[in-house]
Parts: sequence; C-alpha cells; structure tokens
Amino acid sequence: MEPDTLPSEALPHLAGLVALLSVLAYAVLGGADFGGGTWDLFASGPRADEHRAAIGRAMGPVWEANHVWLIFLIIILFTGFPAAFGFLSIALYWPFHLVLAGIALRGAAFVFRAHGQAATGWTTGWGWVFGAASVITPLLLGACLAAVSSGELRLEARAPAPIAPLAWLSPLALIMGPLALSICSYLAAVYLTLETGGEVREDFRRRALGAWVVAGILSIGTLFLTYAEAPHLWAELTGPRAGPIVAVGILLAPASAVSLLQGRFSLARILATGQVLLLLLGWAIAQWPYLVYPDLTLVNSAAPPATLSALLWTVPFGMLLLVPALWFLFAVFKGRNETGGR
Amino acid sequence: MDALTAARWQMEVSLSFHMIFAAVGMAMPFMMLMAEGRWLRTGDPAALQLAKTWAKVTAVLFAIGAISGTALSFELGLLWPTFMVFAGPMIGLAFALEAYAFFIEAIFLGLYLYGWDRLRPSVHWLCGWPVALSGTASGILVVSANGWMQGPVGFTLGPDGMPTEVDPLAALFNPAWGLMATHSTLSTYQAVGFAAAGTYARALLRRGRPERGAYNRLAVTIALMLGGSTALIQPLVGDLLARRAHEAQPAKLAAMEAQFRTERGAPLRIGGWPDPESMQTSWVIEIPSGLSLLATQDPQGEVLGLEAFPRDEWPETRVVHPAFQVMVGAGFTMLGVAVWYWLARWRDHRHGLDWTRRGWLLRALIISGPLGFIALEAGWIVTEVGRQPWVVYGVMRTRDAVTPVTAVGASLAGFAVLYGALAITLVWLLSRLAASEQEPASGEYGARHAPL
Repeated sequence: MEPDTLPSEALPHLAGLVALLSVLAYAVLGGADFGGGTWDLFASGPRADEHRAAIGRAMGPVWEANHVWLIFLIIILFTGFPAAFGFLSIALYWPFHLVLAGIALRGAAFVFRAHGQAATGWTTGWGWVFGAASVITPLLLGACLAAVSSGELRLEARAPAPIAPLAWLSPLALIMGPLALSICSYLAAVYLTLETGGEVREDFRRRALGAWVVAGILSIGTLFLTYAEAPHLWAELTGPRAGPIVAVGILLAPASAVSLLQGRFSLARILATGQVLLLLLGWAIAQWPYLVYPDLTLVNSAAPPATLSALLWTVPFGMLLLVPALWFLFAVFKGRNETGGR
Repeated sequence: MDALTAARWQMEVSLSFHMIFAAVGMAMPFMMLMAEGRWLRTGDPAALQLAKTWAKVTAVLFAIGAISGTALSFELGLLWPTFMVFAGPMIGLAFALEAYAFFIEAIFLGLYLYGWDRLRPSVHWLCGWPVALSGTASGILVVSANGWMQGPVGFTLGPDGMPTEVDPLAALFNPAWGLMATHSTLSTYQAVGFAAAGTYARALLRRGRPERGAYNRLAVTIALMLGGSTALIQPLVGDLLARRAHEAQPAKLAAMEAQFRTERGAPLRIGGWPDPESMQTSWVIEIPSGLSLLATQDPQGEVLGLEAFPRDEWPETRVVHPAFQVMVGAGFTMLGVAVWYWLARWRDHRHGLDWTRRGWLLRALIISGPLGFIALEAGWIVTEVGRQPWVVYGVMRTRDAVTPVTAVGASLAGFAVLYGALAITLVWLLSRLAASEQEPASGEYGARHAPL
C-alpha cells in the first residue's frame, strides 16, 4: 500500500474505472445471456426448439461466470463508494428487489430446465419463467442506469431519509429499460449466429437485424429524451469528452448491420460488441465524475483511501487468476466456430 | 409489522436459504472429485456415475447458491443501508476477495459440468479442483465479514459516529475470523456429507435394486469420509469458539447457556426453557460447575450472566439457548453415528462381512441425514441472534442500521414466496433425480449431449 504515490483524488477515480469495467463486461456478457433468454421466450416458427437448444448450449457453460461481473460491481460499490451504495439501496429499493427476483428466477429456471429435463420431463413451464425473467431484468437494470443519470434521485440533507418509491421511474428510465433489453437481444442474436448454422443461423441473423432496428429507434429516442429531460446529460453526451466516443459508437451501428447482412458473422460480433461498449463508455464519460447525478460523485461518496488502495491492489492479482481462467473457459466453449450445423 | 422486524425476517429468510446452497457449493465438489478420482484410478463405473450425478446436483444447487448470494449482497444494503455505509470500507475487502474466488469457482464449474466430452478425463478432473478449493475459499472469506461484525476492529470511531483511521487489512484479519471460519467450513462438509449419506443409506435399506448396491455403498463411503471426519473435529472447534465467546462476547455466551446470574461454579444447562422475566430456566438438566469448567478451565471460574449487561443489550435467550441446544445435540448425535459407522466398517471388514446388512446403522444414518443442516442453521441463529441487539457488536445497533423504506413487509413477503417456491421445486426436482438415478443405468446423463 503506497498511498503517497498517487494523489488521493486519483484513488476514487481508479476505483470508478474498475467499476466501469465491470459494467462493460456485464453488459456485453451478462447482457447477452438475458438476450438469449428473451429469444428463448419469443422462439417461434418451425425451428423454435432448435433455437432454444442453441440458446441453452451457448449459455450453459458461461452464464454463471458472466453473472459474477454484477456481483463485482456491487462489491466495488459498497466497498469503494459506501455512501452511494447506501443511497441507491434506499432510492432503488423496489427496482433492485425486482432485479433480484428476476435474477433468481432466470437462473433457477435455467438450471432446472437444463439439468432436470431428463428426470422430470417438464420444460415448458421453466422455459417460460426463464424467458420472462430474462426480459424483465434488463428492463429494470436499464431503468436503474437511467435513474442515476437523470437527476431525479436527490439526496436529502439528513440521510438516510425515505425517498419516494417511484422516484426512479422517470421518462428516461421508461425508454432506457427497453433500450437495454433491445441491446441485450441484439448482442445475443449476433453471438448466436456464430454458434449455429444453416437455417437456425439465418433465423438469428434476421432476429439480430430486427433487434438492431428497434435498438436504433430507441437509441435515437433516448438521445432526444435526454435533450428534453436531462439537459446536463445531453450537453455531456454531445460535448468534447464523450461526443467523439458516442459518435464512433453510432457509426459502428450501421457497420455491424452491414456485416450481418454480408454474413461476416465474426466481424459482426466484434462490431456489435464494440458498438455497445463505446456507447456505454460514452455514457460513463458523460456521467463522470457522478455516481448519482447531481449529489453523489466518485470523490464525495468514496471510502477512505486505505480501503480504496486495498481494493485496487486486489485487481491485478485477481486478474492474474481470472484472465487465464476466463480465456480457458471461452477457448473451450466459444473458440471453435460451431457452424457445422451439428 | 415494523420495518425493523420485517428487515430482520427478510435477512433471516435470505440467509438461512442461502446457507444451504452455499454449503453444498463448498462441500459437494469435494465428493464429486473423490468419486471421479476413484473412477480414474480404478475404472469403477459406479464411481463415474456417482461423479456425474453429484455434478448435476452441484450444478443445480450451486446456481441457487449463486443467485441467493447475489440477493444477499444487495440485501445488505437494501435492508441495512446505514450499516453498509459504515461497514463497507472495512468488510468490503473480504467480499472483494470472495468475489474472485467465486468467479474462479463459476468458471471451472462451467468447464467441469459441460466439459465431460470436451476435456481429457485427467484435465476434467483437474478442473474440479479449482471449483472445490475456491468454493471453500469463498466461504472462508465471507465469514471474515461476519467475524468483523462480532468483533469489529480496524478503525477508530470518529466524532460523527463514522469510522476513521480505517485499516481494511486489520478488519479482514479480525480475531474472530479464524475459529469462525473453521467452524463454519467444517459445518458445511458435515452437513452435506451426512445429508448425502442419509440419502444413499435409504436406498441401501430398501434394497430395491441389488445391482445398485455398489453404487449406493460407494456414495455412503465417500459422503462419510467427508462428513464423518469433520463430525469428529467439530466439537473441539466449537469448544474453542465458546471459550472465545466467553472472552469476547460474554452476553452471547450467557444467552447461549441461559446464564442469567453472574456466578462462580456455573453449571452447564442442558435443554430447558429460559424465562428472562423471572431469570429462571425451567425443565433443565444442570451439570454442576460444567459451564465454568468449559469456559474458564476452572470449575470455580466466574461466568458473567445476562444480569451483568443492561437489559436492552440482552440477546433473546429464548431463541439463542434452544438453538444452541439443537446444534450441540445434533453435533453429538452425528459424532456418535460416525463412530458407530467406523467401528462397524472396521469390524465387518475384519470378519469379511457386509456392513450394509446392518439395518439399524442404516436407519441411524437416515435419521442423521438432516442433522448436519439443522446444526448449521441453528449455529448461525446462535451467532446472529446472539449478537443482537448489535449489528456491529458494541458499535452499531441493528435498529439504527435499518432502511428508512417503510413497506419492507412487502419485500419480505415477496422473498418468502419466491424462496418457498424455489425450495418446493428443488425438493421435487431432486427427488425426481434421485428416483431416476436408482433406475437401471441408461446413460441418461449422456442424453443431454444427444445431437441437437
């Protein structure tokens, strides 16, 4: 622990960066698992069962590892930014509880279906629960993300004070929820084109393009709504810091759609992931240095420097373990291009 | 119901639910590895099938542990925001380290569960080790946070009531941690080992399918290697913990032992119903000077009674004492059954007899099946209710930590229904799994890998 080597202001920002990396990883990995569940719910047509099988096969080995990024985020929040965690726990009491119910039902139904199928012969009910929970959870998570940016959640002078139970449900939240869901669905469908073949792949390509259109419309809607509802966010999103990143993210959108149309699925996966990462990054830069606009910043809600320093020191050592393990996991299950149409 | 009561109940429901699956996630991988290791060594097909069945059980229960654990990490703040604002900087490091361990566990569990056909058998077996080791590591790490709540260190209280001079490493390595983590880790092995032994002892007793004999016998053997050995050590660790309570949390010890009066030569009270109003314990068996001897190693040693503490700092002895009796009673029963089992195995081995013909031993194992989990839950009730009225012992009261949200009763009801439904579904699913595995081997596990 060498707190002197860094100005103490830097520690909260570094911890914030680690939190942001968790958000990004969760969005493109965990988000795709929610998207998979969404496609499971809406699987239709003659190949619906094949769709579900492909989704189950793609998620099975990785969904729990992907889920841990969310746990990371929460732990970084309550260790590094306890004041913000405490405030959000009160302000987002109901959406967080619903998220937890969604996470519980999604995970439970998925494993019940995957491992209980042979013994119970019952799949439809669990599939339905799995799908419905996969739809609801990203809706709520998107809304929570909106709530911390919109400026609707205000810290009372004497915390902890009760906060109106529906304060989080701003117009921005109402559009960012569906936006999150459509992005998750888009990612999932793009990823699934790489893990399927033949007509099933065509189905997922079509679904990916459909989700792309919906996500595009909702993104434009979100931008306009920030202009009207959260001018501070609009100013930042279009400003010199976040603007260029958002612009590149927006430009990647047609590129990923074109590569899908051309059947260049690996490229589409890279572009789609990059697009989502850049847009989220743009949002994060626009939000910086606020955790909850406008009252809680990284600095004013930070834990003492000793804690932040200890937390940050775990990262390189932890990643030394995690990165090779994650690489191995994805190499074994995602490395081969499963286009053989098995 | 006021917010405090509802929040305490929601925490109780969530924790006691999660404990079961956390325990399985810590212990089951070891049993799975023992079975697969035996298959690798001997080629015993029963061992392979056992490993695959236990892997499937681990998969389902680990997932429930993961989601209920996620819920808990949120609920710490949702229900006790003031506590987390205060304690996050101290206990957060333990959770952060636990998260890495949990991550490793989740990654290698994915490899293990879905890698039967993709990895060489030896590599597959090796992938199970990080699951088992990091499962146990995460359990040990998270107990550090609880140890800190029992004996908070690593800070000084500032004038505004917030911690200053925070030392997260001192908080992580708090003095309560070592013994508590040992006790709780052993309890998970014991609980899962006895539960599995009971399950397969039932199959052995029925003798419905003699061709499954070797399979069920191996299952009991492995389960009691884990559960039976820990049952022997556990009372010793428990004794050390009680001595620690005597020094560090005397009010908790007094509540555990229904010790109302401060006295020398305090008796050990077995059973009984304590009444805080009259400060008497009725229907109790007393062993003279027993408690003084255990707590102070001196039959005339002084043990503080609840009367030594302000009335509003008494833990609820009507919960803590019975829970403690249940835990100790279950522990000693399991100890007895484990000794009986090993003596029987040893004798039968010498005389070339089949130990599974011993119906009474099998019945004892069946009855002991749930005892490990009962002891585990009761033990955590002792720890947690025994700490009351404090959430951080001596520093912050539980009632001052609770959320200002008013309708906590609604989230409590929601979680109770959710976990109740999950529990019922799980019992049904596991019983179906158990029934299907007692059917003739049909490679049903392989069915999942059928061409898709």
